[in-house]
Amino acid sequence: MEPLRVLIVDDEQGMRMAVRRALRHFTAGLPEINGEVSFEVSEAGTGEEAITIINETTPNIILLDFKLPGISGLDVLDKIDSVSSDMLIIMITAYASIKTAVKATKSGAYDFLPKPFTPDELKSVIKKAAGRLMLMRQARLLAEEKKKIRFQFTSVLVHELKAPLAAVEGFLQIMQNHMLGDDVKTYDEIIERSSIRLGGMRKLIADILEMTHIESGEKKREFSEVDIVEIAQNSIETAQPEADARSIGITLHNSAPVTMTADKGEIEIILNNLVTNAVKYNKDNGKVDITISQSENRFDITVSDTGIGLSEEEAGKLFNEFVRIKNQKTRNILGSGLGLSTVKKLALLYGGDVSVSSAPDAGSTFKVTLIRKQQIGQE
Amino acid sequence: MATDKSGKKILVIDDDIDLLLQVKIHLESTGYTVVTAENETDGYDMLTAERPDLVVTDLMMSSMDGGFKLSHRIKKFDESIPIIIVTGVSGETGIDFDITSKEDRMWIKADTILTKPIRFEQLMREIDRLLKD
Repeated sequence: MEPLRVLIVDDEQGMRMAVRRALRHFTAGLPEINGEVSFEVSEAGTGEEAITIINETTPNIILLDFKLPGISGLDVLDKIDSVSSDMLIIMITAYASIKTAVKATKSGAYDFLPKPFTPDELKSVIKKAAGRLMLMRQARLLAEEKKKIRFQFTSVLVHELKAPLAAVEGFLQIMQNHMLGDDVKTYDEIIERSSIRLGGMRKLIADILEMTHIESGEKKREFSEVDIVEIAQNSIETAQPEADARSIGITLHNSAPVTMTADKGEIEIILNNLVTNAVKYNKDNGKVDITISQSENRFDITVSDTGIGLSEEEAGKLFNEFVRIKNQKTRNILGSGLGLSTVKKLALLYGGDVSVSSAPDAGSTFKVTLIRKQQIGQE
Repeated sequence: MATDKSGKKILVIDDDIDLLLQVKIHLESTGYTVVTAENETDGYDMLTAERPDLVVTDLMMSSMDGGFKLSHRIKKFDESIPIIIVTGVSGETGIDFDITSKEDRMWIKADTILTKPIRFEQLMREIDRLLKD
């Protein structure tokens, strides 16, 4: 990577030379970036000179002497337009008192180097500052990336919300203009479609709330001993009406409880999503098999179906937000495209993951792994 | 309703089944005969089987450029069939395509390009115009 620019501001030429010499061949190994960085030194003999150089070249690390012939080091701090986000200031002085130290820190100084110092002391302070700069850079990159992802998410979300609105508006227009004649019965189909689209929209909104709740970390996680088998039974009950209507048999291959320390609501979300999907994407007269197994601290929830299945490409993107597999077989199945991304987020919270094995028309098997941790809940 | 339209058959292709239903209701109410398809492949099969007088197709269906490719195939099959492409393409979809750009419009084989959300009055006007020629 590019060398970091260091500016030494001191009225003693000997001191400037010493810093130059110490940093000339110095490279600092930085675990923060898994690499190392070298330094490029420039110098200023007065505060005025320093301000000009800082505003022109924006050094990354400034070694700033308190006592300067004209304006003082503290004045320099005040006069810099703003301490750039990619700049750290280290004050050097022979007369460091707590009072000046506090004052300097308030003005934006990052660290202190008391005079006299050895080359090794200098290097150690410089290395610490370089590491800090790298962390600051990474944090900025992360923040930008997050902003971008947020924007993409919002764009897709807006699109997903606009689509059902447009559909319902279109149907209302048809009704308003009596385009199908005066017999109310002829409007049954479009009324049915309207309420299906509105239902999908409502589900999407509920899923978004659930997901942002989990993501924000603000949802209070309440840990207790929960029985995964019991939760699975409840999920089956919820999915039973649709399963019965399409003659789909659901089998839970556990009878004895399997307990782990977890947030009950979170495990419910996982099982509800997996079981409803297994029914939703199944074929009529199909089967759903649920197995919960435990080995030491590892819990596996496996849900298999005999449904429409997935291609390898489809499976690869399945756990991303708003991914809905669109094809002839899924055209009448409603979903928000958020369920499985939420399942994955939850599994990760438990130090586990989710995977799928599937082939088109051969059904799918989803496996969620959860790890019991001693420290869980004590974040 | 205008009776001279009854002889005209229109093929509508879109993967949104609600939009298909709505376009069908609107077109049939003015006397057109309507056949529909939910993807490019079925759309092309329907074209050769039904020989419509005009095609209305979505731009992005199972593949991002399905409507583009389909419009080329349709014109190859019969250049005289007018095509209306309806598209929700905008910045958010990530496709760099400007429907007001002459170059982009030259490239796709459509007689008219309309943007979503679809305005039925406008669609009907365009269909009437294209079928009059």
